[in-house]
Amino acid sequence: MLKFIVPLVMFVALGAFLFVGLQRNPAYVPSPLIGKPAPEFSLPSLQDAAYPISTKDLAGQPWVLNVWGTWCGGCREEHDVLLAIAKQNAVPLIGLNWKDDNAAAQAWLRDLGNPYAAVAEDQVGRTAIDWGVYGAPETFLIGPDGIVLYKHIAPMTLEVWATEFLPRIEAARNGQGSKT
Amino acid sequence: MKDLIRALFLALAFAAANVALAIDTERAFDDPALQSRYENINRELRCLVCQNQTIADSNATLAQDLRHEVRGMLAAGKTDDEIRTFMIERYGDFVLYRPRMTAGNFLLWAAPVLLLAFGAFAVVRVVRQRSAESDIDPAGPEAGKS
Repeated sequence: MLKFIVPLVMFVALGAFLFVGLQRNPAYVPSPLIGKPAPEFSLPSLQDAAYPISTKDLAGQPWVLNVWGTWCGGCREEHDVLLAIAKQNAVPLIGLNWKDDNAAAQAWLRDLGNPYAAVAEDQVGRTAIDWGVYGAPETFLIGPDGIVLYKHIAPMTLEVWATEFLPRIEAARNGQGSKT
Repeated sequence: MKDLIRALFLALAFAAANVALAIDTERAFDDPALQSRYENINRELRCLVCQNQTIADSNATLAQDLRHEVRGMLAAGKTDDEIRTFMIERYGDFVLYRPRMTAGNFLLWAAPVLLLAFGAFAVVRVVRQRSAESDIDPAGPEAGKS
């Protein structure tokens, strides 16, 4: 009897591992930043280089960083979703324009609408490396204490926003309220 | 003369092969020791955009940026470990082509030893069982016939 049960159990276990392995997306690399302090940056604003955008100015509230570029197809795809999210006014939506052409990026925002409270320009890509960005669009949620709470890799959808971002924003706000 | 021409052609062919293989064409350092460290580190870091290539193999902009970063850190006198840590902090363990042993993947590292031990245990058990069976009736089932 054992002769049959042992191989059967092993087969089922191996099958289960392989089955789970098939469902996983190798392009999704979990961020080591989650639960850690967000990397600081101070970058020129896309629209006006004299006006810097700094992580320090955003501290004390939850905020969202969206990495995009005009060269990125997924960014075009998610743009309408970002516009809809911006209308909700839940959190400041900060753009990080990654290795892009300034004029093209400004034209993009003029033509398609600007969902961002501010857009920081990272032309050399150094800030993107600090944030572990490897493929736009990527969207980070940062808590009031400057801790990275969540990262979404792929175009944003209203569903992801409602199920992953909004509850965390709510929790971050409440957590802060109880501390003060 | 013929040999010389043949040798020249061979040298040319190898030179061409080198050019074709090198993605990162410009030399980063004049110091050969630094250059070799630079190349070794690049060969061990994954390009996350083109996941089955190292940053030495790829000309994706991210790979170029990361090579640039490695070069800057080497020039600043950082050790290989410091550079690796820098990459892991940003991109996670997945960035390493030669994975570290961590609490999360310990079972994977131990698996060969564990499986070997399990196999040895199974072999010993089966052999013991079979020899025990033959002990019961040493003459075999045909014993009573003659």
